[in-house]
Amino acid sequence: MTDGATTGRGWWLIVLGFLGVAGLTVLLLALLTNIFERKQEGRERVVRLIEVTEDTMDPKVWGQNWPAQYDSYLKTSLPTSTKYGGRGLGASDAGPAEQKLDRDPWLRRIFAGYAFAIDYRDRRGHAYALFDQEQTRRVTEKKQPGACLQCHAANLALYRSVGKGDVTKGFEQVNPMPYEQAHGMKDDKGQALIQHPLACVDCHEPKSMALRVTRPGFIAGIKALKAQQGVADYDPNRDATRQEMRAYVCGQCHVEYYFKGAAKTVTYPWANGLRVEQIEEYYDKEGFTDWTHAETGTKVLKAQHPEFEVWNQGIHARAGVACADCHMPYQRVGALKVSDHWVRSPLLNINRACQPCHTVPEKELEGRVVAIQDRHHALLQRAAKATTDLMDAIVAARKAGAPDADVQAAQALHRKAQWRLDFVAAENSMGFHAPQELARILGETIDFARQGQLTADRAVRKK
Amino acid sequence: MRRLLVAGLLLGIPLGIGAFTFVYAKGFSYLSTDPRACANCHIMNEQYDAWLKSGHRHVATCVECHLPHEGLAKWVAKAEHGFRHSAAFTLQNFKEPIEITPRDRRLVQDNCVRCHAGLVHDLVQAAGTARGDIDCMHCHAGAGHGAGG
Repeated sequence: MTDGATTGRGWWLIVLGFLGVAGLTVLLLALLTNIFERKQEGRERVVRLIEVTEDTMDPKVWGQNWPAQYDSYLKTSLPTSTKYGGRGLGASDAGPAEQKLDRDPWLRRIFAGYAFAIDYRDRRGHAYALFDQEQTRRVTEKKQPGACLQCHAANLALYRSVGKGDVTKGFEQVNPMPYEQAHGMKDDKGQALIQHPLACVDCHEPKSMALRVTRPGFIAGIKALKAQQGVADYDPNRDATRQEMRAYVCGQCHVEYYFKGAAKTVTYPWANGLRVEQIEEYYDKEGFTDWTHAETGTKVLKAQHPEFEVWNQGIHARAGVACADCHMPYQRVGALKVSDHWVRSPLLNINRACQPCHTVPEKELEGRVVAIQDRHHALLQRAAKATTDLMDAIVAARKAGAPDADVQAAQALHRKAQWRLDFVAAENSMGFHAPQELARILGETIDFARQGQLTADRAVRKK
Repeated sequence: MRRLLVAGLLLGIPLGIGAFTFVYAKGFSYLSTDPRACANCHIMNEQYDAWLKSGHRHVATCVECHLPHEGLAKWVAKAEHGFRHSAAFTLQNFKEPIEITPRDRRLVQDNCVRCHAGLVHDLVQAAGTARGDIDCMHCHAGAGHGAGG
C-alpha cells in the first residue's frame, strides 16, 4: 500500500515536472522565434520586385517595391481633422469637405463675382487631389484650362505625349487647352494619360528614388527667385541639397501662382521674392488682376495657398527644417526607417513630427501650437471684419456718387487689404508656419482696410 | 537510474534550447563594453550610427555615459537596463521615438560631470548640487549621438 501511494505521488511529480519543463520550453522557443524575427527585420532591405521607369505612372506598381511608403500614401484617403482643419477634432471627414464659405461667411463677400464665392471647401488628403477638383462647382460650372493639371494630377505622361518627349513643351501646350480636353487625352494605345492624383514619379527619380522636382511652373519660379538673389541659371534638380529638396517637392504645388496671359502658363510670381508685398509688387508691375470685385468694382487678386512662401518666413525654415520633417516624419517599420507618406497635419502625429527635436511632452507641444492658432484665428477674423467694413464704405461711396478719384483711392486700398487678408486666409496652417509674419500681414490688412474706409467715408461727406 | 534519465531528458532539452538561444542572441556580447552590442537590436541603429559620427566616439562608448562606474551599481543598472530593454523589444510595447527615463537621464548627467568636472565644477558648485539644478542635456541635447555630437 505504501509503495502504491509513493508511486502515485511520484507520477504526479513527473507529470508536473513534465508540464513545467514543457512550458519552459515553449517560452524559450517563443523567445527564440521572436529574436529570429527581429533579426530578420534587421536584415530587411528594399527588394525590387519590379522595374519602375519614367513611364510607370501608377503608384500601385511602385508599391510592390516600396510597400511601406505605398501603404502610408494610401492613407491620404483617410479623414483627418484638427481644431482648425477638417471638421474639428474627432469629426468624420466622409463626403465632400466642409464648405469654408459657410464657416466664414465673409469669404463669400470678399470673393463676390469670382468662382470662389460659389464653392470653396476645406482640404482633403492627397488621394483626393484630382477627384475633388473635378467635383468643385468652380470647375463644373466655370470653364477652366488644362493648366489645373499641373498640380492636380500625375501629369508627366501627358506632358511628354503632347510635347513629343519634351515635358516643358507639353506643359506649355496643355495649359491653354479646355480642362476636359486635356484630361481626356489618350496615348497611342488608347490609354488615358491622366489617371492618378499625385504619384511617386512626381517627386522621385525612378532609378535611384532620389527626390526631384518635375512641375515646370516650380522649376521656372525657383529659377526666377534665385536669379533675384544673385544665383544665375539655378536648377533645383542639380543645385539643391537633399534637405532643400525635402521642401521643394512640396513647394511644387503648395504655393501662390497665376495663369499668365492667353497661354495660361502656370507661373509662380517669385521674381521679386517670396514675401506678400514682393509678390504684390510683381502682380502690380505685370498689371495682373484676377477679377473685378462684384460689390466694389475693385480689380482684385486671388491668393492661392502660399504654404511654401509663408513657411520660408518662419522659424522652422530658418532652422533648416523642411516640410517633410514635420509633415512626413520618419517612422520605424521593422528595422527600416521610412518617411511617412501619409502627409497630414503634424498635430496628428506630434510624437514623430515634433518630438525628435522638441523633447517636451506632447500635451505641452500641442498647447503651444493651439495657442498660436487661437491668437491667429482671432486676428484673422478681426482683419476680415475690417475688410468687409471697407467694402461697405466703398459701396456706399459709389452709391452716393462720390468723386471718382476718391473711390479709386479707396479701391486701391481695397486691393491691398484683400490681397493680404486672402494670402493669410488661404494659407493652410492657421498661422503656425510663420506666426509673426502672418500677424504683420494681418496688421497691414487692418491698416489698409481702415485707411480705405476713412477715404471712402470722407468722400461721401465731401460730396 | 531511470529517474535520473527522465530528469536529464526533461531538463536537457530546454537547457540546450536556452543555451542556443543565448548564443544566437549574442548573449555574451552583453558582458562586453562594445557599442555594437547596444545595437544588436535594430532599435538603436540610429543612435549607434549617430554616435559613430559624433565627437564623443573617440573618448566615450555607450556604457561610459549610460552606466554608472562603480562596481555593484554598474551591474545592477546593467541588469535593469538589459531586462527592461529586452522585454520592451520582445513585446514591442514602447513609445517611439524612444525616450530616456528620468533616472537614466540623471545617470548620464553624473557621467557628464565625471569627465567634464574640470571645466564645469564652478558651474555645478555654484548651482548647488551636481544633480537637478543644472541639466547639461537641456542645452547639449545632441551630445553623444545627435546634432552637434
